This record gives sequence, C-alpha cells and structure tokens, in this order.
Amino acid sequence: MSTNQSQFTRAMMDASIPVPEGLMDAQSRPAGRRFDVYRNNVAVSLTEAMHAAFPVIAKLLGRENMDGLSGLYLRAHPPSSPLMMFYGEHFPDFLAAMEQLNHLGYLPDVARLELSMRRSYHAADSVPIDPEKLAQLSPDALMQTEVKFAPSMQVIASPWPIFDIWRYNTQDGAAKPDGVAQDVMITRPEFDPAPHLLPPGGAAFIVALQRGQDIGSAHEAALAKTPEFDLGATFTLLLQGGVILKLDTKG
Amino acid sequence: MLDTTFPQSDLPATAGVGYKPQHFSQILEHPGSVGWLEIHAENYMGDGGRPLAQLRRLSEQFPISVHGVGLSIGGEAPLDTDHLARLKQLIEWLNPASFSEHLAWSTHDAHFYNDLLPLPYTNDSLIRICDHIDQLQRTIGRQMLLENPSSYLAFEDSTWSEPEFLTEIANRTGCGLLLDVNNVFVSASNLDFSPHGYIDAFALNRVGEIHLGGHDTDTDDHGAPLLIDSHGHAIADPVWALLDYTLERSGPKPVLVEWDNDVPDWPVLSDEANRAASALQKIPA
Repeated sequence: MSTNQSQFTRAMMDASIPVPEGLMDAQSRPAGRRFDVYRNNVAVSLTEAMHAAFPVIAKLLGRENMDGLSGLYLRAHPPSSPLMMFYGEHFPDFLAAMEQLNHLGYLPDVARLELSMRRSYHAADSVPIDPEKLAQLSPDALMQTEVKFAPSMQVIASPWPIFDIWRYNTQDGAAKPDGVAQDVMITRPEFDPAPHLLPPGGAAFIVALQRGQDIGSAHEAALAKTPEFDLGATFTLLLQGGVILKLDTKG
Repeated sequence: MLDTTFPQSDLPATAGVGYKPQHFSQILEHPGSVGWLEIHAENYMGDGGRPLAQLRRLSEQFPISVHGVGLSIGGEAPLDTDHLARLKQLIEWLNPASFSEHLAWSTHDAHFYNDLLPLPYTNDSLIRICDHIDQLQRTIGRQMLLENPSSYLAFEDSTWSEPEFLTEIANRTGCGLLLDVNNVFVSASNLDFSPHGYIDAFALNRVGEIHLGGHDTDTDDHGAPLLIDSHGHAIADPVWALLDYTLERSGPKPVLVEWDNDVPDWPVLSDEANRAASALQKIPA
C-alpha cells in the first residue's frame, strides 16, 4: 500500500492521525517513531523561525507561551513559500483574533513592528536625495510636490505605545512604556533597520504621501486627524532617515 | 532528455564551508584552508540589504555554491514556477560555481514545510523527478547537482536502491550528484545497510561535491539507535573515516562542512575545514 504526499503531510501536521501505511523500518515493521522525526523537524524549525522573527513578542509572552502559539500558528498558516524571511506575515492578525490575549491589546501592533523591521532588512537598496533639493523648493511648489520613499521605509500607526514597548524590551535601561498612542517609522540607513518615534499624525501624513497625494493634501489629511500635527518635525525625521528618494513637483 | 551542453558544476576540489553571516568578517580575514563557500539559495531571495551585499563581497574572493532547500524536486505537484524564476534570477545575478538541490520534497498543496521529506524510489517518482530536473536545468541554463537524503524510514513500494535511483536520474537528465557522506552514514545506520556498500554502488564519477555534517542520536520504538541529521555538531569520527573511504575511490572532490544549528565560532568551523582539507591532501596518488 502506497502513501501519497497528501496523506504524509496530513499525518505530519496532526499527531492524532496514525502514521501512514507503507512506511517501515529495515525489518519491514511500521515506521512508528521514525515518522515523528519529520513531525518534530517541521514543528521545531517553524517554531524557531517564529522566535527569531518576533523576539519582542516572545519576550513579552515567555518561551513556553511563544512555543504554544507558534505551534497553533504553523497549523493555521503553514508557510506559503520557501522564503522563510517572510514567514509570520499573518501573525499580527492571528494574535488579534486570540481571545485569550485580548487583555494584551498591544501585541498585534508590536508584532506588526517586528514584521516591518524584517521587511525593511530585506528591502531593495536605494539612494536618498540631497536634502538641499527640498530647501530649493518655494513653499507653494513644496505643497504641490509628490514624494517617493525608500522601499526599506516602513510606517506603523498604533493606538498603543509600541515604540516604548519595543525599546523597553530590546534596550537596557530604556524607560517603561506609558499609555500614549505611538506611530513608528522604520528607516534603514545602510543595512540595519531602526525604529523612530513619529510626531502625532506623522503616520497619516506619510501614508497619504505613499498613496500618491502631494505634500499639501497629505498635510491637510494629517491636520484633519491630528490638529497639532507638526509638518516641520516630521520632515526633519524623513530627511534624517534618508528615506526620500525623489521629489516630483507638478506644474 | 540528456543534454550535455549545460555548463557543468565547477567547484575547486578543496574544502568549503556553509556560510553563516556571523562569520563574514573572519572568513574574509582568516579564510584558513577554506577555498569556497556554500549558501542556501532561499536566504538570498530578498530584494537587497545586508544579505545580498555580503554575498556580492564574498563572491569577489571565493567561488560560491548555491544550495537550494526549497524547490521540492521530489514533490508530486508541478514545480513552483515563481520559485524557479527566483532561482534563475539569483543564479544570473551571482553566476555561482555550482547549483545543487535535494532528492526530497518540501512543498505540498502550496504549503512549504521547511524540511526535506522522503519519497519512494519507484518508476513513477523517477519520471517525475527527471521531468522536474529537466525543467530546472533548462530554466537556469546549467547543470545541477542532486543530493542524497538522510533516511529515517523506508517505503514499502520502493523498487530501486537509492544509489541506482540516483545514477538513473543522472543518466537521464545529465545532472551531477552531490554525495552527502554524513547522510549515507545516518541512512545506513537507520536502515541497516553497509555505508561502504552504498559508496561502492554510488556513481562517484558523477559527483561534483561532497557534504559532511554532524548528526544526533535518538532511539526508535524498538530501542535501536535512530540517527538524526541535525547539522548541529562537529562531524563524527566514523563519518570522517567514510570520507577517507570515499575519496580513495573518487579522487579529489570539493568537500563541504555544514554546520547550521548551534553554529560555533569561526575558529571551530575553520578547524573542521582544515580537517576536510587534510583528508583531501592524504588521498593516495
């Protein structure tokens, strides 16, 4: 009796399903524990991948809880490609849907931050503009300018203090998080992604620019949501982060 | 199907190591006896950043072997054309000395299981694997090397021995073979055959590369040892002895030390590479 790869994977992913027939040891006895090598390899390698990908989530939850969640996650969302660098893309939503974790409402956004760090790490290289180019624009021209960003730049808006939570769990002596909402921008000056705290409304402004709005419209969109939005402070961060690749002034 | 016009795998017959990013600076400054490096293809399929920058730099100094772990050549389903395209792009960009993959499968129903899974050696799987290798070699425009797996169990319906199966695939497709001596040792122990008999039956003239790695020991349901190919230790002494036995028969070959888990500091890995280089130097003329 032959076993096919559907039967093999089903039994591999669910230890309550018997080992498929037709698998044996050298004495033609049923494979038994030998099949568990594959069950174990898959579970361990994908669990380790989750620990490597979400170290702050793992620290917040503890080793045992992270192992358990990784096991549930790998059965709900087995990798959809051999590129393990992108494994875990559904983890923030998966965390958000876990009722037992509702009291830790910040977890999904912290996971988004960690996922974004990894995307930034593997994003294409790019060369930022000379900041002088921005200074040369008149205020009117500036408002009609569209911006192209580095692929390594990532923005995460959150009602939780995700920047402080990330820093508190990755840097010795960092201040304890308090209750404020925080938007984060990730930049990658050369090869190492770094999160930065954006001024309130900063994420809305950048997302509007990413959608192709000019600086004037994006500014209005940010002000509508956040009356105290600080355009100058946000632009300073964008220029310091080297994330602007191109300015395109209409008219 | 045989097409001998593909450029052949072309690694030097020296010691190589599996590249780990934490060794980047030390490899460049203290290569020791390391003559070439191997990378896992799938770790270099991002759009940019440090992985590709390091690889570009290393390729200026070392011949590179690209070792795929995700194509699922032994899969029942057609090959993933997106993944084939990514391999082609990486190989065109890097122009490595060699490309290799496994006699195994890892993808089923669009899910990737991140492990090298076993298959029966039957005429049906032979035809499917040859079709897949043919498709791959035409896509990347070069010969590939196919690696023998570590086995923990056997398939009742296999009708070929593993060395015969690999030889037949090489004859039909023109691919070369990657002989993992640790995998031979692990499989021979787990499935109760002679590792020396396996090497004697292997098409050594087709071998473009040899792998060595460490293994773990577990037990099966009957209390018998069950060796696990873990790549998390130094290479065991009997595996070094099996390398000597192989090299005496094959002559000099590129020999790679793999250490993928609990990766040691560079001096430890460099010592293992020295030992592989010594094994190559003592081959009788």
